[in-house]
Amino acid sequence: MKKLIIALAATAAALSGFVSGAQAQEKTKVCFVYVGTKTDGGWTQAHDLGRQELQKALGDKIETPYLESVPEGPDAERAIERMARSGCAMIFTTSFGFMDATVKVAQKFPKVKFEHATGFKAAENLATYNSRFYEGRYIQGQIAAKMSKKGLAGYIASFPIPEVVMGINAFELGAKSVNPNFKLKVVWANTWFDPGKEADAAKALIDQGVDILTQHTDTTAPMQVAAERGILAFGQASDMIAAGPKTQLTAIVDTWGAYYIKRTKALLDGTWKSEQVWDGLKDGILTMAPYTNMPDDVKAMAEETEAKIKSGELHPFTGPINKQDGSAWLKAGEKADDGTLLGMNFYVEGVDDKLPQ
Amino acid sequence: MRIELERRAGASGLFAIVSPLLALALTLIFGAIMFWMLGKNPGHALYSFFIEPLLEVWSLHELAIKAAPLILIAVGLAVCYRSNNWNIGAEGQFTIGAITGSILPILVPQWHSVLVLPLMLIMGAIGGAVFAAIPALLKTRFNTNEILVSLMLVYIAQLFLDWLVRGLWRDPKGFNFPQSISFSTEAVLPEILSSGRAHWGIVFALVAAVAIWFMMRFMLKGFEVSVLGRSERAGRFAGFSGRRMVWFSMMLSGALAGLAGISEVSGSIGHLQPSISPGYGFTAIIVAFLGRLNPLGIIASGFVLALTYLGGEAAQLSIGVSDKVTRVFQGLLLFFVLSCDTLILYRVRVIFGAGRAPAARS
Repeated sequence: MKKLIIALAATAAALSGFVSGAQAQEKTKVCFVYVGTKTDGGWTQAHDLGRQELQKALGDKIETPYLESVPEGPDAERAIERMARSGCAMIFTTSFGFMDATVKVAQKFPKVKFEHATGFKAAENLATYNSRFYEGRYIQGQIAAKMSKKGLAGYIASFPIPEVVMGINAFELGAKSVNPNFKLKVVWANTWFDPGKEADAAKALIDQGVDILTQHTDTTAPMQVAAERGILAFGQASDMIAAGPKTQLTAIVDTWGAYYIKRTKALLDGTWKSEQVWDGLKDGILTMAPYTNMPDDVKAMAEETEAKIKSGELHPFTGPINKQDGSAWLKAGEKADDGTLLGMNFYVEGVDDKLPQ
Repeated sequence: MRIELERRAGASGLFAIVSPLLALALTLIFGAIMFWMLGKNPGHALYSFFIEPLLEVWSLHELAIKAAPLILIAVGLAVCYRSNNWNIGAEGQFTIGAITGSILPILVPQWHSVLVLPLMLIMGAIGGAVFAAIPALLKTRFNTNEILVSLMLVYIAQLFLDWLVRGLWRDPKGFNFPQSISFSTEAVLPEILSSGRAHWGIVFALVAAVAIWFMMRFMLKGFEVSVLGRSERAGRFAGFSGRRMVWFSMMLSGALAGLAGISEVSGSIGHLQPSISPGYGFTAIIVAFLGRLNPLGIIASGFVLALTYLGGEAAQLSIGVSDKVTRVFQGLLLFFVLSCDTLILYRVRVIFGAGRAPAARS
C-alpha cells in the first residue's frame, strides 16, 4: 500500500511538472479531436505523435489541446464547437466520420480554421488533408504474395467507403503483380476502433485459412492475434512492431507531423488557405516501417517498389485492370485518376468478397 | 473501537433527503483527491468540471440536450421501480422508439407535412411501449424475471438497429457509411431558442416529470403504484391488480424511453446510425435512484448526471485529464448514493472499547 502511494505521488509529481511546463498564456491554440484514445497503437496515436512533433517544433508559439474518444455523431459537433469557443485558432478533426460535424461548426465560426482528415467536404475555412495509403498497401500486397504459402491473405476492413475499398484493391493489385492467382478474403468489422471486434475478425480470417493478415482498423489487436496464431501481418497507421516483433512484415506509418507543422506555420504567418491535400510516400506524409521478418530478396523487391512509387515511375492503379466480375476497367497503361479513386465503389478481380452495398 | 449499523425503527425522513446530497459531497471530495493524485489543482479541476459548463449559454443548451433523455427515461423507470417492477432495459426501448419513430422520415421522405413530426413522436412512444410489453407479457404469463428479459432485449434492439442501418435503411448516397438518409426539416425536432441547439426534448422531459409527479402524488393510480410496490397482497385487498400494474408500469416507462429515443434521433442526430446513445438508458437508472424515484428529484439528478458528461469534456480541454474521468465520477456517484441510502434504514453507532457482542447472529 505504502509503495503504491509513493508510486502514485511520484507519478503525480512527474505529471504536474510536465503539464505546468507545457501550458502558458497567450499562445495560439491549435486543437485536435480524436476518435479513439491517443494510445491506441494505431490511427489516433499517429495523429497524436504528429501533434507532439508540432508541439516540439513550435511549442514556444502554440499550445495543442486535444479531446480523445469523441464519438462520431452529435457528441462530435459539441466537442468541436467547444474547441472553437475555447479559443482554438485552428482545429484538426482526425476522423472521416467527423465530416458533417466539422462542416456545421465551420459555418458557425468563420474565423476559426478547420482541417478535416480524409474527408471530401471543404469550405473557405475548412481544408481537407489525406494520405495516399494505397501506395503503401500496394507494397504490402507484393510482400504478401511473396510470403504467403497459400496465396491467400485476410483483410480486416472498417467501413465500405471508397477510401477502404481503394486500399483493398491496391493490396490485391500489388499481390497479383507477383502471383496472378493471389486471393484476398475480407471481413468487415464495421468499426474504426474496437479491439474486441478487430480481434474476432482476425480470428475468423485465420480460421478460414489465411496466413497473412492486414488491417484497416485502428488498434493492434489483429497484430496480437496474428502473433498468437503464428502467422505474419502488416501494421496500420503506426509502427506496430512492439505488438508483433516476429509477426510484423512492415507497417504503413502515418507521419502527419510535417503536415501539421506546415499548416500551423501558415496559420501563424497568415498565409493559411483552404486546400484539399492528398499527399503520398514521396511527400513524407506516409512512410513504410522497416521491412522485417522477411528474406533479403523480398525486402529488396519492396524497397525497389517503394522507390519507384516515390519517383512516380509506378502508379499502383495502372491498367490493364479488370473489375471483380471480369469486365475491363483500365486499358493497358491507363492510370486511374484521383476522382475515380476517391469514389471507388467496386472490387478488382481476385478479391474474394462481396462488397456490401 | 468498532462501527456498527443498527436498524432504525422506521425509515429516516431526514436521511431520505440528506443522503443524495451527502453522496454528492463525498463524490466531490473523492474527485478532488483523484485530481490531486493526478497532479492537478483540485479546485481548478472541479471548477472546470462542474462550474465552467454552467457559465455559458450555449453550454447550458448542451446540458439540456444531455439531460432530456436521462430525465424522460428516469421518470418512467421511477414508476416501474416504485411498483416493484425492475425494468433494466430502457436502453433497448429507447432504441426501438428511435427506430419506429424514424419509419416515416426514412421510408416516406417525400411526404412533407406538419403531421410528420407528431406522428413520429407518437410512433416512437408506441414502439418503446410495445417493446417493453414483451417482458411484461412474459412476466405475467410465465412468471419470468423482467430484469433479465428486459436487459437481454437491449442487445436485440441494438443489433436490430445495427442491421437496419447497414442494410435496408442505409443511405444509398452515403458512401456505404452505415447510416440512414438525413431527416427532412419537417422531421427534425425544432430548437426552442435561437441561442443554442437545445430542442423540444427537454420540454417533453420536464412535462413528463411534472405529470408523473402529479399522478404519483394526487391520483389514485399513483397510490395504486406505491401500494402494489410495497405489498402486492395488500394491494389485492384494495382491489388493485398486480398483473395490470406490470403492464402499466412497463409500458409507461417503455413509452417514455421510446419518446426519448425518437426525440434524440430527430432533435440532435438527424438520421439513424448504429450507435445513437452513450448509454442513456443505463445512466437513467442512476438518475432515477439519485432522484429518490421522485420525478421532481429526477429533474435535478438528470441535470447533475448530464453535467458529468459535459464536465468530462471541459476538464479534458482545460486541464488535460483523460475522458475516463467522466466514468469515474458517474461510478463514484452511484456507489455513494447506494451506500448513503443505507443511512435511511440504518443508523451508524461507533462503539468504543470492547463493547457488547454483536446482536445474536448465527
